[in-house]
Amino acid sequence: MTAHASRSVLTRTVEALLAPVLAVAIAVVVGDLLILTYGESPGTVYRLLLEGTWGNVYGFGQVLYKTMTLICTGLAFAYAARAGLFNVGAEGQLAAGGFAAALVGLWLPGATPAVLAVLLCTASAMGAGAVTGAVPGVLRARFGASEVIVTIMLNFVVLALLNYTVASHMAVPETLHTEVMRVGFVARLGAVVPAFTGSAANFTIIAALIAAIVAWWALFRTRSGYELRAVGLQPDAAEYGGVNVPRTWVRAMMWSGAFAGLGGINYVLGYKHYYEEGFAAGSGFLGIAVALVGRNHPLGIILAAFLFATLSQGGLAVNALVPKQLVDILEGVVILAVATTVPEVQRLLRQSAARLVQRASTESPT
Amino acid sequence: MMLIAFVLQTVRIAIPYLLAAAGGVMSERVGVIALGLEGMMLGGAFGAVLGSYYTGSAWVGLVCAMGAGVLVATVLAVCTLRFRADQVVVGIALNLLVMGTTQFFLRLAFDSASNSPRVNGFGGEGSSLGMLSSFSNPLVWIGLAALPAIGWVLWQTPFGLRIRSVGEKPAAAATLGVPVRALQWRGVLLCGVLASLGGAYLALDQHQFTDGMTAGRGFIALAAIIFGRWMPLRIAAACLLFAAAETLQIQLQGAQLVPSQFVELIPYVLTIVALAGVVGKSAPPAALGKVE
Repeated sequence: MTAHASRSVLTRTVEALLAPVLAVAIAVVVGDLLILTYGESPGTVYRLLLEGTWGNVYGFGQVLYKTMTLICTGLAFAYAARAGLFNVGAEGQLAAGGFAAALVGLWLPGATPAVLAVLLCTASAMGAGAVTGAVPGVLRARFGASEVIVTIMLNFVVLALLNYTVASHMAVPETLHTEVMRVGFVARLGAVVPAFTGSAANFTIIAALIAAIVAWWALFRTRSGYELRAVGLQPDAAEYGGVNVPRTWVRAMMWSGAFAGLGGINYVLGYKHYYEEGFAAGSGFLGIAVALVGRNHPLGIILAAFLFATLSQGGLAVNALVPKQLVDILEGVVILAVATTVPEVQRLLRQSAARLVQRASTESPT
Repeated sequence: MMLIAFVLQTVRIAIPYLLAAAGGVMSERVGVIALGLEGMMLGGAFGAVLGSYYTGSAWVGLVCAMGAGVLVATVLAVCTLRFRADQVVVGIALNLLVMGTTQFFLRLAFDSASNSPRVNGFGGEGSSLGMLSSFSNPLVWIGLAALPAIGWVLWQTPFGLRIRSVGEKPAAAATLGVPVRALQWRGVLLCGVLASLGGAYLALDQHQFTDGMTAGRGFIALAAIIFGRWMPLRIAAACLLFAAAETLQIQLQGAQLVPSQFVELIPYVLTIVALAGVVGKSAPPAALGKVE
């Protein structure tokens, strides 16, 4: 029994690490080839990438700033994925969250206590994300509409509506952003650790870490999280076991949207203090990569968000030698490699485990 | 005269949708979700401009575009068919990958971060046909013919019956000796070819490549497939409808009756409404997204 348990822990660890490691290795090889097409040395480019991200405090602050949003969008994708749903709508939910936070910050009277204002802005960001996420959830639960397609289409709808509202009613002339909020400011890390001064890193990252803990607790330590995962693994069996599947889907999509919406406060409360068109474009889709590499587990997502934030920031550092889109390609390769190797690794491990069991049963007759 | 201009502009706008949707329906009919259309189109646009730039011939550009489309489709097929990776994830990753790759090589090929120099397309400005010049473009004819042809193949030929069986019930098809995996490969590769032609049309029509120039058209084509309920002629009608809405918006630009953002939303909103089953039950191929 203990031997079996320890083997399964080992198998699970190998399974969790093998695919990402393999994926990063493939990405590095592809990256080398791409860098060589520009006649640059891969070593120089990678060193520049690391120096621009982990090598100085400003760069590291920028990485932390990007990590915050990616934790949120990664959690958003993972939470729905645990219920067996694809939330490809984090892009729109994130924008809706940022917009709602800015709206509340603009609307609250200037005398609102700072803590209350931040809490209200954060709650409205999550609320706006939850409402945006609920739409595909309800359409799936009620009509069986594919949430993949609905979330993709809804991204275009939400972004166009927000852009229209801001551009034609709220924007400061000659810009694509609203006025600066009256209240709801979150301090930057530079205010406490002077070395970070100048970077966008701010204390909203604590909200993202809390969200990761809450997501872990909700998924693995509560009854509704157990039901959610049961629905994700086998909806028919869960339904037979007494779980209300449609309601679980809607709830999962609402929480998923809320996590994505939370990501909006990073830019709005912590950095610029206004909503701007396209303030985190691409972060929603990158959340899929984060969740995939993090294996839909909150801890894995924090690590993967840090990895992808490093890549994004690193692109800017190497842009003088090779186009910064190098990192977009690497990100795409990592997603493809993880998506293809995970099922393959699982199959191979299952085969070898079956062989081990078979050998054990033939060697020790009962 | 107004009406003729309206129809001609609608056709011009519809061609990329018609081509990409024709490819997409082939892919979806063999059970592979066509989320990579955007990337295939963008790859095609880039390939077309490279080919036309280096040889001066739009025809070579067309061949290069198809090569690029097949390349993207091959990656999709290897990941989803050979390794059975998740189709949604692979489709989205491919779009990001092609976007990054085209921008990366844009600087290498043309020393610019945003666009290519002017390249030759079909029928230069010197053409005496004027408004009708787009009808000297072979892609217009291919675009107009593609969906009706696919409809005929799917419902009137044994090959089409096999294709549909693969998308509906692959296990049953395999039992009858239908080479399921081979047909899936063909569906996905054909999707790459047709979608890349849609991208090539865009690039050669504008005589240059600009970064991200497909601008969501692959998703509009996907919307047309769903709104047309996976039936080629209905899909063609949906493409023309979406294109007509855009034309109307362009021609009424001065009038400012409706904000342009709202017109752009028509395909997406109609698709969501269609999926919710408000206008009759929509039935995707039963095995869509499930490669065994």
